[in-house]
Amino acid sequence: MKARVLIRPKEGILDPQGKAVERALPALGFEGISQVRVGRLVELEVENGADLDGLCQKLLANTLIEDYEIQMPDGSSASRPGTSGSEAG
Amino acid sequence: MIGVLQFPGSCDERDALLACERVTDARLVWHEETDLSGLDAIVVPGGFSYGDYLRAGAIARFAPAMEAVRGFAEAGGPVLGICNGFQVLCEAGMLPGALLPNEGLRFICRQAELEVVTTRTAATTACEPGEVLSIPVKHMSGRWFAPPELRAELEAKDQIVFRYADGANPNGSIANVAGVCNEAGNVVGLMPHPEHAVDPLTGSADGLKLFESLVRARVAAAA
Repeated sequence: MKARVLIRPKEGILDPQGKAVERALPALGFEGISQVRVGRLVELEVENGADLDGLCQKLLANTLIEDYEIQMPDGSSASRPGTSGSEAG
Repeated sequence: MIGVLQFPGSCDERDALLACERVTDARLVWHEETDLSGLDAIVVPGGFSYGDYLRAGAIARFAPAMEAVRGFAEAGGPVLGICNGFQVLCEAGMLPGALLPNEGLRFICRQAELEVVTTRTAATTACEPGEVLSIPVKHMSGRWFAPPELRAELEAKDQIVFRYADGANPNGSIANVAGVCNEAGNVVGLMPHPEHAVDPLTGSADGLKLFESLVRARVAAAA
């Protein structure tokens, strides 16, 4: 079955790519859109029992700077929110 | 003998090899090699290993040679990661923190002033504390990051090795950090390229001090 993994920069981590996209919006005439964050989408074909969470932890995401969310075709999802990551201070 | 790793996509291994050869013997180590016997220090050079796919250094850390480098480091062997090599060592968990895309989103290529914060590491014993080295940077993802609690721990344990001069941080790294080490100080990584600063002809020979330090570390480890 096909699974999707969404990987995002952790909350609080400066995302210059998102900022660049956001800065381009007014010139393109898009109003009322802010807080743009750019992440990654990985699609994979997985068999039952495959250790997708382990794969995310070990390779797909760097959990020091990124959160990930696993979406299965049956609609279930598992996410790993940040435990740290504030750039303030 | 210093070993310089070479991954598919490395591009600074030749300069690193030439820099090492100014201070001792050196040879390239292909990424599939696992026998590091006879080597006294390892340099993980810059470039774009495995295309930097996923994240810079994320895939290179699984190379067979990297498992050998991990064992080499755990036994106290000196390891220096430069630019992409720094990213690889961070991804491998051998160095603290992570490297994010530059704040300005541009590839940066210019000379940088680098303060030596500590001289206790395998790559800085030939430097003076507080000495400022002129070494070029050239990278896209050089913004070193660590959460506040980790950063405080690194400061307390003297693991911040290099900082960019105040007001001249090229990539937005947190606290101007340009390079760090592991707790023991035998594994060191930095974004700037000491191997490109080994001859006055190219503007600075300050980078040689890091390679001289590696040779000293080898002697110290053997003693």
